[in-house]
Amino acid sequence: MSTEPTIKREAVADHHSDDHGGPKWYNPARWLFSTNHKDIGTMYLVFALFAGVIGTLFSGMMRVELMEPGLQYFGSPDGGEGIWGNEHAYNVITTMHGLIMIFFMVMPALIGGFGNWFVPLMIGAPDMAMPRMNNISFWLMPASFALLIMSMYAPAQATGSDTGFGGGWVLYPPLSGLTGHSGSAMDLVILSLHIAGMSSILGAINFIVTILNMRAPGMTIHKMPLFAWSVLITAFLLLLALPVLAGALTMLLTDRNFGSKFFVPEGGGDPVMFQHLFWFFGHPEVYIMILPGFGIISHIVSTFSKKPVFGYLAMAYAMAAIGFIGFIVWAHHMYTVGMNVNLKAYFVAATMVIAVPTGIKIFSWIATMWGGSIDFKVPMLWAIGFIFLFTVGGVTGVVLANAGVDHVLHDTYYVVAHFHYVLSLGAVFTLFAGWYYWYEKMFGVKYNGFLAGLHFWFMFIGSNLIFFPQHFLGLQGMPRRYVDYADGFATWHYWSTMGYFVMLIGMAFFVVTMIESILRQRKAEANPWGESATTLEWTLSSPPPFHQYNELPRVK
Amino acid sequence: MRFQGVKTIMTITAALGAASAAYAGQPIDGAIGFQPSATAEAEQINFFHNILLWIITPIALFVAGLLLWVIIRYNSKSNPTPAKFSHNTALEIAWTTVPVLILIAIAFPSFPLLYQLDVEPTTTTTASGEVRELTEEDWITIKTYGRQWYWSYIYEDGTDEPLEFDSNMIPDDLIDTSLGQVRTLSTDYPMVVPAGKYVRLNIAASDVIHSWAMPAFKLKTDAIPGRLNQLWFKADKPGVYYGQCSELCGIRHAFMPIELRVVPESDYYAWLERSKISIDDGVAYLAQIQPLGETRLASAQEF
Repeated sequence: MSTEPTIKREAVADHHSDDHGGPKWYNPARWLFSTNHKDIGTMYLVFALFAGVIGTLFSGMMRVELMEPGLQYFGSPDGGEGIWGNEHAYNVITTMHGLIMIFFMVMPALIGGFGNWFVPLMIGAPDMAMPRMNNISFWLMPASFALLIMSMYAPAQATGSDTGFGGGWVLYPPLSGLTGHSGSAMDLVILSLHIAGMSSILGAINFIVTILNMRAPGMTIHKMPLFAWSVLITAFLLLLALPVLAGALTMLLTDRNFGSKFFVPEGGGDPVMFQHLFWFFGHPEVYIMILPGFGIISHIVSTFSKKPVFGYLAMAYAMAAIGFIGFIVWAHHMYTVGMNVNLKAYFVAATMVIAVPTGIKIFSWIATMWGGSIDFKVPMLWAIGFIFLFTVGGVTGVVLANAGVDHVLHDTYYVVAHFHYVLSLGAVFTLFAGWYYWYEKMFGVKYNGFLAGLHFWFMFIGSNLIFFPQHFLGLQGMPRRYVDYADGFATWHYWSTMGYFVMLIGMAFFVVTMIESILRQRKAEANPWGESATTLEWTLSSPPPFHQYNELPRVK
Repeated sequence: MRFQGVKTIMTITAALGAASAAYAGQPIDGAIGFQPSATAEAEQINFFHNILLWIITPIALFVAGLLLWVIIRYNSKSNPTPAKFSHNTALEIAWTTVPVLILIAIAFPSFPLLYQLDVEPTTTTTASGEVRELTEEDWITIKTYGRQWYWSYIYEDGTDEPLEFDSNMIPDDLIDTSLGQVRTLSTDYPMVVPAGKYVRLNIAASDVIHSWAMPAFKLKTDAIPGRLNQLWFKADKPGVYYGQCSELCGIRHAFMPIELRVVPESDYYAWLERSKISIDDGVAYLAQIQPLGETRLASAQEF
């Protein structure tokens, strides 16, 4: 068996002089026509930040409405409209929050942003294998996002004044069909997701080709850094899952516009078939959102514990196992549709198996820290926070896996709490961990660790306060996607909204940290973390030259 | 300050606990667990969930404890020289097999519970401890349609004219709390079932997908157009139980609750007879035999 890949650096120093610089940053051509993986990565990150702000605002609108029972902003007690519209507008905001955070924030940031930036750097490649395809992968995203935002202003129904699609991010027909949303809003959502899906498929092909063919001489697949492993597995998941979504969306599109009846019961179709197709994509999708984060966390934990990653091969193959199992558990999202009980039993068993490779990852991270000499720099705070919170989200997943218990918890706030613990406190924490780990490398300036620490602590406390009480609401029976609720749910909704405000303070510190770092312009070192940061990107200057590795690094 | 905060929370919790005695099947403000189980099957789910809670909480605390230990023992001050190990085969085998064993331990109660809840029972144990076969006499069948945005109930009794009615939420401005009505949960014509009988509920929808949910019974089944879903329950204690539509169904998704009245069997048939003539008479009779005062509801809580 191979051991932890120690990368010997040779022939990589002194290439900073090869920096051709590229066009100046204010030249639009540099960005519009970019074929440079680092520039494209930066654009993905900026795009994800932009979408993330909108997604966060939408969640704030929901939390403010839910702070007290009754209708405040999305409707008024007398049955009229509130300042943000009616109850349909609330459903639109809920739907858009989900779609934006998944397709336009987490995925572009982790895969498009960090993947583009660091996969080539870590495997010792000069760029991605197909740089022009990389460009179109990115530029499809703003187009897709524009369509999604446009859908909010398009008619929901063929008649009436409501706008936007308010059927949830899962897009279940008949609510997303002509029965529920006969207007053009849903068609725009379908087109938007088609384009986002194309972008992701092209990106996935690019990553697979790059990683399989462009590793530096001597870097065998079993010496490859774990982040590259995680992106490789994620890319395969994208490649296999997204076409299924595209198929389901196309069927929905023809149902809506060309008279087909795939999901229309009165024509012999079956709405549940859509759910099967959707979740065959949807479940791998949640692993697509978390696997790159797993890779990032491994590097951070190893760097700041000053120890090699514990159980490198087990870590890599645990991710592969999670990816594989992710494709055979989809119907655990559908326990209440009236499935055959034997089928439910199968999905219970398969779902619980996921806990095993996930446990291997959690314990291996702790074993990496064990015996280490840990520096609690900002990225490490996020990483440790992630490990604990992901565990909390993981164990509630084991509860939900059991169909016997899931019947009562399905579509309640317990589920909302569970998936926000693994995504909002999981994927997003890995995102910030990666951001603070690589910020100086990417942009060549330092940030203030104290301010960034405040960002972490407010975020940690705030998002726990948002989501932990939602377990209680779910157990009490609070259904998801409700604009108004019985007075018996008031207390925990109030505290959940309070948590949102605490989280916002954390985000304010994020903004302050960024502004401070931009204004002060402290020049970053090539490797701020010391010799335990062993991957190849730390052998380059900060920021790296416009084109790196003109002479390929050799890995022993 | 902090101590006082804890005390306040405890006082509030105690007060809420006392208040909760008056209500059976509805959310209790500030509660942190399930609603009290109203059927034997719900209690079994509750029991199984407690087992799970006793498994997952120690696991989460164990991971938290390991992290704390690592933070205290292996920070750069207490341990300036890092170790170099990256393998420990015994440990790796342990943290693979122990979770497998835990999952097997979970599976043992999980699968029998799943099958028991899903499959209609064929036998019952009488008060004297005898096991007897269930006959169709022990069952009543009700059909419900989820519609945008209310529930329709059809009481199929083998005649050509079964009782059919729609159940709409009482709007906020018409809620009369002196009648025990609850905002967003009470309906104009509640669903009624006899206590102690097996109820077979056939569930469908006529427009988009809805979901019939009853937290106190720990039941939820989707109402899907073009499909006939089914669930069963046997509620022994009379009372009122509230549920809500649990699949996003459009603009008034939050406003199509389920109000379920469990009444003694004789009262049920009296209600059915009256309702067949006039549904308003049925509701008036219901208010008479089961006024939603605190005393009557407290008995349902005792279950």
